[in-house]
Amino acid sequence: MTTTTVLEPTRVPPSATPADDGVTFLRIVHSEWIKFRTLRSSWITLGAAMAAMISLAALIGYQVGANFDIQSPEDALASGPLQGYFMAQLLVAVLGVLLVSGEYSTGMIRSTLAAVPNRTSVLLAKACVFAMVALTSMIATSFLSFFAGQSFLSHYGHGIALSAPGTLRVIVGTGVYLALIGLLGGAIGWVLRSTPGAISSILGLLLVVPVVLQLLPGEWAKTLLKYLPSEAGGSFVSSAQLPGTLAPWTGLGVLVLWVVGALAVAGVLLRRRDA
Amino acid sequence: MIEAQGLTKKYGDKVAVNDLSFTVRPGIVTGFLGPNGSGKSTTMRMIIGLDAPTAGRVTVNGKRYAEHRAPIREVGALLEARAVHTGRSAENHLRAMAATTGIGRRRVEEVIDLVGLREVATKRAGAFSLGMGQRLGIASALLGDPSVVMLDEPVNGLDPEGILWIRTMLRSLAAEGRTVFVSSHLMSEMALTAEHLIVIGRGRLIRDVSVADFIASASANSVRVRTPQSTELRELLLGNGITIASTDPGVLEVTGLTSDQIGVTAAAAGLILYELAPIQASLEEAFMELTHDDVEYRATVNHASKEFAA
Repeated sequence: MTTTTVLEPTRVPPSATPADDGVTFLRIVHSEWIKFRTLRSSWITLGAAMAAMISLAALIGYQVGANFDIQSPEDALASGPLQGYFMAQLLVAVLGVLLVSGEYSTGMIRSTLAAVPNRTSVLLAKACVFAMVALTSMIATSFLSFFAGQSFLSHYGHGIALSAPGTLRVIVGTGVYLALIGLLGGAIGWVLRSTPGAISSILGLLLVVPVVLQLLPGEWAKTLLKYLPSEAGGSFVSSAQLPGTLAPWTGLGVLVLWVVGALAVAGVLLRRRDA
Repeated sequence: MIEAQGLTKKYGDKVAVNDLSFTVRPGIVTGFLGPNGSGKSTTMRMIIGLDAPTAGRVTVNGKRYAEHRAPIREVGALLEARAVHTGRSAENHLRAMAATTGIGRRRVEEVIDLVGLREVATKRAGAFSLGMGQRLGIASALLGDPSVVMLDEPVNGLDPEGILWIRTMLRSLAAEGRTVFVSSHLMSEMALTAEHLIVIGRGRLIRDVSVADFIASASANSVRVRTPQSTELRELLLGNGITIASTDPGVLEVTGLTSDQIGVTAAAAGLILYELAPIQASLEEAFMELTHDDVEYRATVNHASKEFAA
């Protein structure tokens, strides 16, 4: 190497850094948690999902209680007032998408991946933070919704106790379902890297594809239908197993497979593509 | 220290970076110079592992970027495109970055003060001006107190005050013994800040040269002589490696001789000189000359007029 006049450093960069200066998974999780909580949109979307589900539960509880005799049997079940999850899932899915696609649309992803070159860890840390936030908030929302609905139902003498068989499974399950749908949204966000694209894809998967499959003639469409994320998950969060749907725990398993599969695809693409 | 060996990046058929090898040494500011689209940004993205090279490799302080336990403590990078979430405040952005390697709150506050963002630290980064955005990018780059600092077009869109600030910052970082690698498409900017130059065009290395040498080579130019005895002088001057052009009657443009030599020759022969002036190409001209064939997008009008003139 050619020797040039290298100036005597006026300040030696502190190379004697402490031994614990490396990137660890916990530190990535911490970083992702800071990122989550410092975006106003995170809390607005989460709050909207909670508000939608709880207020719908109160509404359903009142309606069912007041007109109990003319309701369909499913509405009177424990899962009846929780059906507001249908609305909440759209918001949670959008939140899942935004946490990922927002990094791509703003260029933040370059900072993220420069700080943590191990991309699988970034994906997992983000998923962990989202899962923890979504599970706690959505299970809590689910309980609040149950109580909100039941307060009206009990008023009319049709209340269901928390201890009734399958009730806890449905309440906790609804929270779990919402968190899983959000993770699925996040995975699609990683794959498509665009907010509009990912949001329309996850909403299409949740809202449009089931309707299309219902309209199609033939047995295969009906079979396919029950394995869709919304239908498989739906069977887990319903107190009664409707004809043509999976058993509750099978349904949960299928939904988990969707999420794991989508995250795996996202992880492979993330490692392979240029940021 | 940044070392690239045979670094190549292809996007389909298009070769963005072509077999590029260079070394960026610590203690000085190294300018990375090339016309727009010459592959500077792609090279920098490969250095910090955002893009994977098609062939070749690049190491920072002896290891690939991703192999470092705490990459942002090795290399601080400011990329051309913004890399900050617009909805997050400057302070929170830095905190999230710092958390990945356990850098504390104190250092975050330190870099905020260092780049002069104290007053807007809690404002959304999306509301930042271009200059403030650059400052935040530099704060991010310095967060881990890295020994290598790499900035892609840092003065782009900055006001004079901001440009001066960056120049001073780069020089003091180098004086601290760090490796400072700065890209630009402006030769004049590099002449003011850099000590060494890596010049590329169409993804290929054109020159790896000190700024002093580059300026010296750029100055080796012609001398304009105005004399009523141009025919006589012309005959006296002609020789090996010397070319003489005459644009107007009584005016010679001599290449290959210094103005001193011409003056002495003329005096010895008793010839009258009205004018004797060395013509120096500007650095920009020298740079354009160098990268002439490697500019990707050129106004075709130039081509046409050149051919017409010829």
